[in-house]
Amino acid sequence: MKKYHSIRNRSNTISLLIEKKAVMIFLVLFCLSALLFIMGLSVGSTVINPIAIIEHLLGIGNGEYTFVINTLRLPRMILALLVGIALGVSGLILQGIIRNPLASPDIIGITGGASVAAVMFITYFSDLSIKWLPFVAITGAGVVSLVIYLLAWKKGVTPIRIVLIGIGIAAVTGALVTMMIVLSPTYSSSEAYIWLTGSVYGANWENVYAMLPWVLIFVPIALLFSRTVNVQELGDQVALGLGSRVQLHRFVLLFISVALAGSAVAFAGGIAFVGLIAPHIARKLVGRSFGSLVPVSALIGGLIVVLADVVARTAFLPLDLPAGVFVSGIGAPFFIYLLYKNRNL
Amino acid sequence: MTHLFPRTSLKIWGFVIGLGIFVISFISSVVFGQTPISIRTAVEAFTHFDKSSTEHIIITTTRISRAVIATVIGASLAIAGALMQALTRNPMASPSIFGINAGALFFVVFSSVFLSVTSLVHFMWIAFLGAGIAAVMVFFLGSLGRDGLSPIKIVLAGTAITAFFGSFTQGLLVLNEQNLEGILFWLAGSVSGRTIDMLEPILPFMIGSGIIALLLANPINILTSGDEIAKGLGQRTILIKVLIGLVIIFLAGGSVAVGGSIGFIGLIIPHIVRSLVGIDYRWIIPYSALLGASLLLLADVAARFIIMPEEMPIGVMTAFIGAPFFIYLARRGFKSE
Repeated sequence: MKKYHSIRNRSNTISLLIEKKAVMIFLVLFCLSALLFIMGLSVGSTVINPIAIIEHLLGIGNGEYTFVINTLRLPRMILALLVGIALGVSGLILQGIIRNPLASPDIIGITGGASVAAVMFITYFSDLSIKWLPFVAITGAGVVSLVIYLLAWKKGVTPIRIVLIGIGIAAVTGALVTMMIVLSPTYSSSEAYIWLTGSVYGANWENVYAMLPWVLIFVPIALLFSRTVNVQELGDQVALGLGSRVQLHRFVLLFISVALAGSAVAFAGGIAFVGLIAPHIARKLVGRSFGSLVPVSALIGGLIVVLADVVARTAFLPLDLPAGVFVSGIGAPFFIYLLYKNRNL
Repeated sequence: MTHLFPRTSLKIWGFVIGLGIFVISFISSVVFGQTPISIRTAVEAFTHFDKSSTEHIIITTTRISRAVIATVIGASLAIAGALMQALTRNPMASPSIFGINAGALFFVVFSSVFLSVTSLVHFMWIAFLGAGIAAVMVFFLGSLGRDGLSPIKIVLAGTAITAFFGSFTQGLLVLNEQNLEGILFWLAGSVSGRTIDMLEPILPFMIGSGIIALLLANPINILTSGDEIAKGLGQRTILIKVLIGLVIIFLAGGSVAVGGSIGFIGLIIPHIVRSLVGIDYRWIIPYSALLGASLLLLADVAARFIIMPEEMPIGVMTAFIGAPFFIYLARRGFKSE
């Protein structure tokens, strides 16, 4: 039996290599997500019978839970899923191009750039429509990434310089955010602080529809570029030798990563570590082929955020905590573990 | 290594100039601010104190204590940074990058939330503990692996530990929103709103550590030439290293206990000082203290003016000054060190 199945169009401009094992794992993860969704929809201050939820979703329920499910829980969970997907893929791309398992959008300052822009928007332009927030956050992330990229440029960009300079830039963006929070009026400061920790509290369908296009556009693009990431992972010399336009591809991939991370920050704030953990778990499951990693990493990212949010809103009832606290609680020790594991790099 | 003051006489003159800069910084910190005060009034506040004069009251209650605290913290952080760079033979080592700020902050926030600690003396010891734990964690995490404590690994280990403690601090603060307001400004790092008596319990430790740092200067000089050589010359390297470590923790932990998270002073100053006086720690330590204090004083003065009438947290100021320097170091690469 063949391990791979390849899909090509006539002219060979698009070519995907599909690993059968990855498809299996993807399906398993998908079922897990579905289960988690039903569980997440049923728990909360009003506990709903899972069967009633399935009936409701199939449209054969008696409409008793329409408000709780349709207005409160479903949009929130879908948004959590989308945010997780975006972060998972964004982190995966970064780790691919930076060739460093410790890279993730929050550590190298991309999330920080989005945060600065978003906090500025929340505290100073709060009268504008929320739908501008993703554009603002992505612009912030983009500007900061460009700055990192330019500062790291010295006849080309080396991965380790990106990481170091990113950490420096993250300090600046952190300082800017702190400054704005300290200087803003009391009400918006605690609001901004919770936002900064990362939360999908109060998500509505409007948020979901605003977030959806970003995921639908950029995740498939990431999939199309998976070949170039596979080549890049071999190192600049080899990739150049194979005829890959390393610097150009690196730039495009960075852009995808920035767009995904920026849009996630816009809607869920600074949820950290998802972009770091999800790709690692994905690699453990399906190996190193980037084409299989994208969907798996995306789903795992989604699962992490959805699970964290379900726990965050139910564990300390009636308190509704930011999901980011729980993600960080697992993510930070994981980061230390990774550092330990990669001690000989 | 080339440096600006190769001869001893030049170093002494440089030190005198540094002292002058420090005195000017201190005076500007007392004089400038939302209420500008003339130097004569400032002197009169001590010689003929007048209870009815607002300016005199501002001087004696806020300005002086603020300037003294900035001096102590700036000097302590700079010395701590210099010692850390010597101990780890690593240009990137400094209190904030080592995660010391984050560790101390987490322990302070934890104890104020769960153990309802309120006295500053207790905070101080807790901050020392947190600083120590974080520093040891980063040190071990960074030294794992074949090539030992490389600059890259220090930075990454520090980032990991900072993220670790930072996320838990964040969680605690979100759970206890009523504490958030009071603690946020402190998290950002600040030298204002503190009176001299807050510094009093900590001051002896910091001055003591500073003096010990000076006494250690010679052994450090030997240590920087390598463990083997130092041992061959009869130095008890382990003892010296432990002493240096303790001094660092007292200096950096004490600074966090008083001023919150103030970054980058300990990174920048030692580099500047080495470019002035070379690698002799008998000079590096006093120079670091002078320049560190001056930099923090000036940053604090600037913080009052940038967004008048409000004040910028000093930690934000030092990040704006320090991060570009960090980036410059990262761009330059580490081969030359």
